[in-house]
Amino acid sequence: MKVNQSEWISLDEHGVCSAQFLTEVSGLSDDEINELIDNDVIVPVDDSLQPSSFPLFCIATVNRARRLRDDFELDSHGMVLALKLLYRIDALQIELDATRAHIR
Amino acid sequence: MKYKDYYQALGVERSATTDQIKKAYRKLAHQYHPDVSKDPKGEEKFKEVAEAYATLKNTEKRQEYDKLGSRSEGEQFTPPPEWQQQYGAGPSSFDDVDLSDILNAFRSGRNGAGHASGRFSERGEDYEIPAAVSIEKIYAGGEIDVAVELPDYDEHGLPHRVAHTFRITVPKDAADGQRMRLAGKGGPGIHGGKPGDLYVILKITPHPLYRISGRDLYLDLKLSPWEAVLGASVKITTPGGAVELKVKPGSTAGQHLRLTGRGLPRAKGSQGDLYAVLQIEVPAKVSKAEQELYVRLAAVSEFNPRTIK
Repeated sequence: MKVNQSEWISLDEHGVCSAQFLTEVSGLSDDEINELIDNDVIVPVDDSLQPSSFPLFCIATVNRARRLRDDFELDSHGMVLALKLLYRIDALQIELDATRAHIR
Repeated sequence: MKYKDYYQALGVERSATTDQIKKAYRKLAHQYHPDVSKDPKGEEKFKEVAEAYATLKNTEKRQEYDKLGSRSEGEQFTPPPEWQQQYGAGPSSFDDVDLSDILNAFRSGRNGAGHASGRFSERGEDYEIPAAVSIEKIYAGGEIDVAVELPDYDEHGLPHRVAHTFRITVPKDAADGQRMRLAGKGGPGIHGGKPGDLYVILKITPHPLYRISGRDLYLDLKLSPWEAVLGASVKITTPGGAVELKVKPGSTAGQHLRLTGRGLPRAKGSQGDLYAVLQIEVPAKVSKAEQELYVRLAAVSEFNPRTIK
C-alpha cells in the first residue's frame, strides 16, 4: 500500500486567509461571500485591517454554504438563513454535549 | 460496470417529469442532507440521492442514462457501443468504472485525457471524508492514515476510481469535526483545470471512560459508601497515565474532583482538566455480617438524607 505523505493544513483559528481565497476555494461568488460577511456568518480577524483576513476555519463555513446553496437550490438570503440556523443548532448541540459530559 | 437505479433512489417512476424528480429530491434532501440530518446513515443515503438527481435533472445525462434501459440495482452490464467508441476502449475497460463518474465525464465533454481542444477548463471536485481519531491520539499526537477512492482518468479519458492513502498528523489541539485541507488532492481538473481539494474531517470516537467538554474530560468515579464517608485513595486512569486521586471524607455523589492539566492539550501548550464525577454505589447483595453492621449503623446514626437543610 502506497502511503502519500501529504501537505495538509488544519482549518482552525490560528491561520488566516483572504476573502478572495474563500471565493476561489468554495466556488461562491464575491457577492455571496460579501453576504456572508455582512451577516456575520464569517467574521474577519480584525475589522480595522484592510484587506480583511479570515480564520482558516471559515473555509469549512464557505464550503458548507456552497453545499447548501447547490443542494437545496437556495438564493443567497436562504443560504445565509440556513447557515445561521444550522450554526445555532451546532452551538446548542455543543452545549448539550457539555452538559451531558458534566452530569452523564 | 455496475448499474445504479437512479429512479429507485429518488422513489419516482421512470416516466417522472422533471418537476416530480425535483420534488422527490428536495424531500429526500431535507431528510438526509449531512448538514441537516443527524441520521448516521444520512450522508451515505444523501450521496445516492444527490448522484441520482444530478443525472436525472439534466436532460442530456438522463437521455444517456435511459439508453441503458431498466435493470436491477447492482446488475453488471456491458456499456453501449457508443461509449466504447467514444473512449476507444473495450467492454472490459469499463469493469471498475463508476456510472456517475462516466455520466459526469459526458457532461464535461471529456474525450481523452489532456485534450483541451478549446473547451472551458473545470476545477476538480472537492471531496470530504471522515476520519476516526481516538482521544488517546489527540492527547499524545501522532499520525493517522486516511484511505479514500478518488476518480482519475486513464489515457483514453475513461474515469476510474483509484485507491489512495494519505498520512496526516493529528494536531494536538484537534477537536471533533475539525477539518484538515489537503490542497489539490481531490478530483482531477478537467481541460487543464486545477484539481479539487480533499477535506479530512476528524471524528473523535466515543470513549468508554471519558466524555469531552471543550478541552476538559469527565469520567465517572464509582465509590463504595464507606469510601465516600471515610475518604479513600483511588487509582484512576487518565490519558496521560494512571494517577492516585485522594477522595476526602464526607464526599457526596455528583461532586466533581478536578485533576488540573490532565485533560486534552490546547494549541499553546496548556492542557484542559480532567474531572472525576463521584458516584456512590450500593451493594445489591450483602452478607449476613455486612447486614448486621448496617443494622448497627442504622441504630447509632443520626444521619437523615431527607432532612431539609
